[in-house]
Amino acid sequence: MKIRVGHLYPDYLNIYADRGNIAVLSRRAALRGHELGVASVSVGEELQPGEHDLLYIGGGQDREQALVAPDLAAKGEEVREAVAAGTALLAVCGGYQLLGRGYSGRHDVDMPGVGLFPHETVAGDRRMIGDVLLECELEPGVRRTLAGFENHAGRTRLDPGAKPLGRVIAGFGNDGESGYEGCRVGRAVGTYLHGPLLPRNPWLADWVLSQALAHASGGEPPELEPLPDRLEAEAHAVSAQRARDRGGRL
Amino acid sequence: MSARLAVASLAARAAARLSRLAGTGGGTTLPGKLLWKLDPAAIDALAARLPHGVALVSATNGKTTTTAMAAEILGDGHRLAWNSSGANLVSGIASTLLASPDAELGLLEVDEGALPEVVQRVRPRALLLGNLFRDQLDRYGELEHVVERWRKTVRRLDAETTLVLNGDDPQVGDLARERSDAVTYGLDDPAQARPALQHAADSRYCVRCARPYEFAAAYVGHLGDYRCPACGHARPELQVVGRSIELRGLESASFELVTHAGQTRVRLPLPGLYNVYNAVGAAALAQVLGASLEEIRAGLERFGAAFGRFERIAAGDKTLLVLLIKNPAGANEVIRTLQDGGVPPLLLVALNDAIADGKDVSWIWDVDLEPLLARTERLIASGERAAELGVRCVYGGLPEASLEVEPDLERALDRGLQLTPERGELVILPTYTAMLALRHLFTERGLVKPYWERS
Repeated sequence: MKIRVGHLYPDYLNIYADRGNIAVLSRRAALRGHELGVASVSVGEELQPGEHDLLYIGGGQDREQALVAPDLAAKGEEVREAVAAGTALLAVCGGYQLLGRGYSGRHDVDMPGVGLFPHETVAGDRRMIGDVLLECELEPGVRRTLAGFENHAGRTRLDPGAKPLGRVIAGFGNDGESGYEGCRVGRAVGTYLHGPLLPRNPWLADWVLSQALAHASGGEPPELEPLPDRLEAEAHAVSAQRARDRGGRL
Repeated sequence: MSARLAVASLAARAAARLSRLAGTGGGTTLPGKLLWKLDPAAIDALAARLPHGVALVSATNGKTTTTAMAAEILGDGHRLAWNSSGANLVSGIASTLLASPDAELGLLEVDEGALPEVVQRVRPRALLLGNLFRDQLDRYGELEHVVERWRKTVRRLDAETTLVLNGDDPQVGDLARERSDAVTYGLDDPAQARPALQHAADSRYCVRCARPYEFAAAYVGHLGDYRCPACGHARPELQVVGRSIELRGLESASFELVTHAGQTRVRLPLPGLYNVYNAVGAAALAQVLGASLEEIRAGLERFGAAFGRFERIAAGDKTLLVLLIKNPAGANEVIRTLQDGGVPPLLLVALNDAIADGKDVSWIWDVDLEPLLARTERLIASGERAAELGVRCVYGGLPEASLEVEPDLERALDRGLQLTPERGELVILPTYTAMLALRHLFTERGLVKPYWERS
């Protein structure tokens, strides 16, 4: 089956291996007989809510982030509508921040947000940088770990009752205080973890693919045939150990 | 020398000897750290003693090689205080000054983050700023912040300091606005331009109005001949230029060096367009420091290789070729050069994640490894993050059967040598601390001298 991916602002938000996440989705789809078709949706280009099965938005440095923020905010209604209609979405770091209600920077730089995730982000004095490890339970009773790297000045505060992506085992997470990381709304997942996220956490790559396939087929998320993932597991283990040894302390 | 500086210097030199005797290293930063503790102003005083002053070189990529090239050009005419092993933080610079009591001219590469403090302390006679690429964002923070700190540093320079800038980098070239007498250098040879900006190109949006630049030519990452179609911000006029460039695979490069003092053909015994950048930068700096065109040409033509950067090392009847990789832009140029010379059938790539390498290894995904992965027959992934590197290669198209993952560097080296045919060459791409560890192995095996014993 063809999975239509809308990659938001790949020419601006492409730091920290965002294309690694796309490469992982593409190969893991292909190994299961599916095809990932990736189209760029950048500044000044229209986003049609029904056009994609998966939206992806990555991270950028402050400057690039500020350059896309107004354009993304203007696409807010389409993004929210798409996710409400079952489109899957993965947002990393800067993209994750901008999909909340907004980002207040230090030098009176206020960036408007999309209002998809129920959170607000405020710049802090000290960047939260380091290896990070989470425990997630995306499906009831199925607990999995996510290992990555975080590097953000923003403190993201979830609204009461909002669903985080996971609980922080080691590292800072959303704000360095709450003990939670990321956010989930429907088939949309946002996180600070790059490093990159999907190559060393293949289970999440498969979860995202499965959600996208559900949108593509109009049915339930399918079970994907397991892959050996020997190297991926090794990379995950080293990254997780790094977080335990040297992740930022809450 | 003040009594206090003399005492502090003695103690620090003793520490260097102890460090070497203990076999813990070259003593390249320990004495400096000690000196800094004993007398923080000692660096200022040590620098002020140098009769021909101090020249500083900073950049994301190429600072070690550019400084080494300038040292080759200027070493005949001056006794140098030169941090040849790349100890480029304040402590390393203090150690270098301390270890060279008879030096006349300081020639020092400086870490991008440490630049403001070093400039303030040593009050350089000349300052070369080469380029800024995304690099170790976990350590330096975002590129924009480094640029801002550099701009403030440039504004505070003494009036006598000569600023030497790579005009081909939009962020660096723009600093010329701060100093009307800045010397700018760059390349001018559209035949060497890349067809498109690379994935990891950083400064692609106008520094003034944020519209995308149009590049008449992009040479290395975002370095090139840029112009903003909206506001007209463009590459400044270049005063020292590399033209008519010829690249000869993995062996050498040559170019026409054009300056206000005339022009000359330089045959560089190093390959790669990025080394032409380093050479043109070194030429511009050396000229500011009084070198003649002939001295510049001769110095560049007898240049060997800087520490771990394109070093060829004999190992019995085989050779090792070590090419440091440390960030996307630098690694892309190494890969481009390997492609020009023919992709080697066997590669050893070593990825570590210590602070000096960057704890965040995500940068390997921003490197355009694919051309190598499509053509090499076997790749040994090593280092502390070998598995991560292996995953990167497989998702980048390397058949799993062509990949070997061996985190232990010594075993990986032995395996690589075992697979290298007689009289063949093993190409090794290590990150910084992996390079140091490999050099340590080479030293133990008697292949190279320890770096603190080299000239």
